[in-house]
Amino acid sequence: MTEIPEAVRLVWLAAALPLLGFLANGALSLFRPAARRAVTAIGVGTVAAAFAVSVLVAAGLAGSGAHEPVVLTYWSWIPAGDLVLNLAFQVDQLSVVMLLVVTGVGALIHVFSIGYMGEDPGYARYFAYLNLFIFFMLVLVLGSNFPVMFVGWEGVGLCSYLLIGFWFEDKANANAGKKAFIMNRIGDAGFLIAMFLIFRSLGTLEFTEVFRLAPVSFEVGGTLITLITLALFLGCTGKSAQIPLYTWLPDAMAGPTPVSALIHAATMVTAGVYLVARANVLFAMAPISSAVVAGIGALTALFAATIALKQWDIKKVIAYSTVSQLGYMFLGVGVGAYVSGIFHLVTHAFFKALMFLAAGNVIYALHQAYHATHRHEDAQDLRNMGGLHRYMPWTAALMWIGGLANIGLPPFSGFFSKDSILAAAFARGHDAPIFYVFWALGTVGAVFTALYITRLLIYTFHGPNRTGEAERQHLREAPPVMTGPLVILGLGSVFAGVLNLPHVLPAAGWLEHWLEPVTSLGAVFLPEFHLTAGTEWGLLALATAIAVAGIAAAWRLLKPEALVPARQAVPERGIERVLANKYYVDEIYDALIVRPLIWFSERVLWRTVDALLIDGVAVNGMARLTRLFGWIGSRLQTGQVGTYVVLFVLGTLVLLRVMAG
Amino acid sequence: MAGLLEGMGYQTWVLDALLVIPIAGAAVVMLRPEKESKWIALWVTLAEFAASMGMWWSFDPQAGMQFQVVRPWIADWGIFYRLGVDGISLFMVLLTTFTMPLAVLGSWNYIERRERAYYALMLLLTTGMIGVFVALDLFLFYVFWELMLIPMYFIIGVWGGEQRLYAAIKFFIYTFLGSLLMLVAILVAYYLVGRATGEYSFAYDHLLRNAGYLRPAAFWLFAAFALAFAIKVPVFPFHTWLPDAHVEAPTAGSVILAGILLKMGTYGFLRFALPLFPEVALSPSVATLVVVLAIVGIVYGALVAMVQPDFKKLIAYSSVSHLGFVMLGIWALTEQSVQGAIIVMINHGISTGALFFLAGMLYERRHTRAIAEFGGLARVMPGFAAVLTVVALSSIGLPGTNGFVGEFLVLLGTFRTHPIAAAVATTGVIFAAAYLLWALQRVLFESLSKEENRHLPDLSRREVLVLAPLLAMIVWIGVYPAPFLRRIEPATQALITEVRGAASSSAAALLQEASDGN
Amino acid sequence: MLLGPSLAVSAILFSLGVAGVLLRRNAIVIFMCVELMLNAVNLSFIALAQQLGPQGQVIVFFVMAVAAAEAAVGLAIILAIYRHKQTVDIQNINLLRG
Repeated sequence: MTEIPEAVRLVWLAAALPLLGFLANGALSLFRPAARRAVTAIGVGTVAAAFAVSVLVAAGLAGSGAHEPVVLTYWSWIPAGDLVLNLAFQVDQLSVVMLLVVTGVGALIHVFSIGYMGEDPGYARYFAYLNLFIFFMLVLVLGSNFPVMFVGWEGVGLCSYLLIGFWFEDKANANAGKKAFIMNRIGDAGFLIAMFLIFRSLGTLEFTEVFRLAPVSFEVGGTLITLITLALFLGCTGKSAQIPLYTWLPDAMAGPTPVSALIHAATMVTAGVYLVARANVLFAMAPISSAVVAGIGALTALFAATIALKQWDIKKVIAYSTVSQLGYMFLGVGVGAYVSGIFHLVTHAFFKALMFLAAGNVIYALHQAYHATHRHEDAQDLRNMGGLHRYMPWTAALMWIGGLANIGLPPFSGFFSKDSILAAAFARGHDAPIFYVFWALGTVGAVFTALYITRLLIYTFHGPNRTGEAERQHLREAPPVMTGPLVILGLGSVFAGVLNLPHVLPAAGWLEHWLEPVTSLGAVFLPEFHLTAGTEWGLLALATAIAVAGIAAAWRLLKPEALVPARQAVPERGIERVLANKYYVDEIYDALIVRPLIWFSERVLWRTVDALLIDGVAVNGMARLTRLFGWIGSRLQTGQVGTYVVLFVLGTLVLLRVMAG
Repeated sequence: MAGLLEGMGYQTWVLDALLVIPIAGAAVVMLRPEKESKWIALWVTLAEFAASMGMWWSFDPQAGMQFQVVRPWIADWGIFYRLGVDGISLFMVLLTTFTMPLAVLGSWNYIERRERAYYALMLLLTTGMIGVFVALDLFLFYVFWELMLIPMYFIIGVWGGEQRLYAAIKFFIYTFLGSLLMLVAILVAYYLVGRATGEYSFAYDHLLRNAGYLRPAAFWLFAAFALAFAIKVPVFPFHTWLPDAHVEAPTAGSVILAGILLKMGTYGFLRFALPLFPEVALSPSVATLVVVLAIVGIVYGALVAMVQPDFKKLIAYSSVSHLGFVMLGIWALTEQSVQGAIIVMINHGISTGALFFLAGMLYERRHTRAIAEFGGLARVMPGFAAVLTVVALSSIGLPGTNGFVGEFLVLLGTFRTHPIAAAVATTGVIFAAAYLLWALQRVLFESLSKEENRHLPDLSRREVLVLAPLLAMIVWIGVYPAPFLRRIEPATQALITEVRGAASSSAAALLQEASDGN
Repeated sequence: MLLGPSLAVSAILFSLGVAGVLLRRNAIVIFMCVELMLNAVNLSFIALAQQLGPQGQVIVFFVMAVAAAEAAVGLAIILAIYRHKQTVDIQNINLLRG
């Protein structure tokens, strides 16, 4: 065991600081909601400090060159019988990457929020929740065993719930928050069952122990390991919004936009990808589950991309784009390219946070404009935008950068990460042809990605402005506190690709090398990825061609001049209508699951079984029966003492006769 | 601390004191003027809590039954005043003493008539409840079991809501039906063991040691005990007294009902039904029946809770669901599941108690319990909203709160012996989120549509005082439950080995008899 | 003393008492008949005590004490009923009807 570097020991501070921030801001929100300066200092300060700590930890880990994960145990959490469960953090190459992404992007979004939420009456409450989220997210990525990770896992779900319903006075927002929590809970039940299965078969829940014992205890491709990984993946579909549990994420856009950027794009929703990468040895041992992961991922990538084509709400477009990109990540980790999945997670954190925050700037500008003229129009509808690049050049330029990274145009970061996923899927197709299908799904999805992103950008920033005559003069660029974080994210979106360049390029595979200690566990069970340089170049060329063609097609086909503001728009018809209504999946879930369940609970279980059968017939029926006997008996009581005495004497005489024999 | 307590002879007098203090307090309440009643009750319950706190330190997890007291009562009939505490009952006693001062504080303004009688009954109830948990003589146990029934009957019947008489009588008769059968079973056990050993005694350990002699009648005896406890728990389908009693009882009554009285059922299973009749309890048909009923309780309680229009009724049905977890954990009989079951018992006392307090605070403000009458309260009562959210999350079993620790242990342990059952029970976790978050939304969120709600005051200082200890417990057990588990573990281990051992040996004996017969 | 005649008198008195209780309607009269029955029993106690020892006489004192107490309570009840109903005719009193 090598010496643990002092800097790594500091990791508890990274989690503790945001927790302190939550406690302080929570108290402020209850007692001094107007103390904005203090709230800002605490809220942003703690997360920025946490980022600084994370950098130290990362440097410490890199400096030590440790190959084994560093496990720091704080206290014994749930010891019961042979269950040994410590509250412990695990610092390794993977958790450090997540640590940096969470605190880094988190800190930027905190800064952005100063501007975006500046006038909200719930400012303190907002920062309290955001700090709490960072805390739980860090617990999620740092936990050294499944239950501690689960604390973070459900904790971020809680924060997501609170922040989606942040403006809770609107019933739709409160509903969206509840929906997110419950759908996550469905996934979490899978996570729980996976933990039970692991504990039942291995007797431990510590990551290091589980991953050490799994290869010797489980049979590759066996039922048990397949069940475990499928149950874990059920958890992932909830948290990371994959088919069939994805519908909460678009609704989650009801929350403030920075929340969408932080929680519903950059960090929380990628937790599922992190989980699969973390448990890579388990998934590598379960080829069927891995194929399911890849298949669901590819399907989601395409499915969500098609919905994104016809959404009018700027945030909904990005939300479906997020679902789609998460699908790519799952495709990556499903085919066994864990590094590619994490790589895409990192680049996506940059460009999707950028997209959301830029969208936040646009919404902010429109909101201010409508506020100034006292008109109630939808500040998020693309049909109310247009030509905004003239009013907000910085935002327009930055959102284009984010968009191009999202499309996967070289040399933006998204190009490299998405390509490495698709290349890996293609490579796996050699052994199992089904992966060619997944690759094809992903590639078609990439075409749609180029289309919907370009559509979004054109409708927002180009063509004539449709905001309104009076409003136009109120449209202006967001303040520096909001554009500043975007610039940094923009730099990330452009350059993050160098983290893991393709093999055919020089200085390739840095992230791959860095994550090797983590991914080597599962690599044993995976076939070698092998692509000839020619194929690899071919795939790169194809990806580039798709991106360019998609952008060009959208540019040619879409006519922003022909759009009318949202209020005057006519409803779509045919397939467009189906897409605009998201294939009616929400309606189907509602009709097939939610309504029948409530009807069953109310009419059958409560009114019939409980009130009528158990209480009415059995319990009160017994009481009525007793009362009936009582009534019959009471008829003998005439109330005439004389009758009683006669009966008494007669009774005595009979008794005397009997006793006399 | 333990040394200091030992110097005071703490072990020898604590249980006597815990039983005497409330009764003496009740006498004082009756003698003093009406307006002093609640203050006396508060101080008495606080003194009771302080006296019981010593047990936290001086309890020795390894020592089995401790703080024992044995005095003859009706010695000719083998009836003794025998008390003792082990890892199973320790936290039940502490939960009781912890809840009572809060219950008194929670009644402060709610109870406006006949305060003297009310507080005297509360104190009497305390003695009854503590007695149930510490009695080690079955006759004494029965006496305490009935003793706590009567004050509760009056508390519901006199200070309850509109349907209070119906609820009180239902509660009384339902419980009484079970307990009378239990009395018969106790007497039969007494005679069976007495006849076989020549020593007629109601002592728990005497009966336990000679439980083998109960075998001829074991099934019926178990059934009688189980019915009494199942009604109390309540196990589906014996639960319908609970929603009525919970809803109609005054706030503190609901808190005590949910927090402590329900635990007597599960405690009874752990202490009596399981160890005395292990071979029946673990026989495949009975075990399957109990596990199935537990799961039905979990899912059914949650689903019915989801559609309740009345806030207190919702909480009442959620109790059915939570107690289902306890039953499941007890019957799975693994170290994790039984410890988890005890933790769930504690948690349920804390979280559901807190929920009832919160529902009561709403009732005091608006005189209605209908969820539809609220909405948007987070705007006017932010403190209340924060507390209600935390408590609801603890009831949902969010990790980091107490609720998770208990449910996780129960399910984890149950999964080892009954994987399918545990998997089905896990869905209860989803429904719990559904019903509580929905209720939360309709009470706290959405718009402030009702004019009456616009000016509701936030929590008063007294209310904060009631809720703060509960919140502290929620976080403590959620984050650092090890001190609790450490005290519980040896007793549960002993229980499991005993029950499993007895069940398998008696099964072996039965096999032996069967083969002898051939 | 003559045991036989004593017991005969006692039996006659007792039967008169029973008959009175059964046939009369006035609560006061019924009450007096009850007293008559008690005294009939007392008489048989005394008579039998001569042969069986003094316990019987002790019982007589006991009965007298109880009778006195009963008379006090009973008369009080009758008085209360009279105040309430303005009658002591038991035909008109059926408070015990089920």
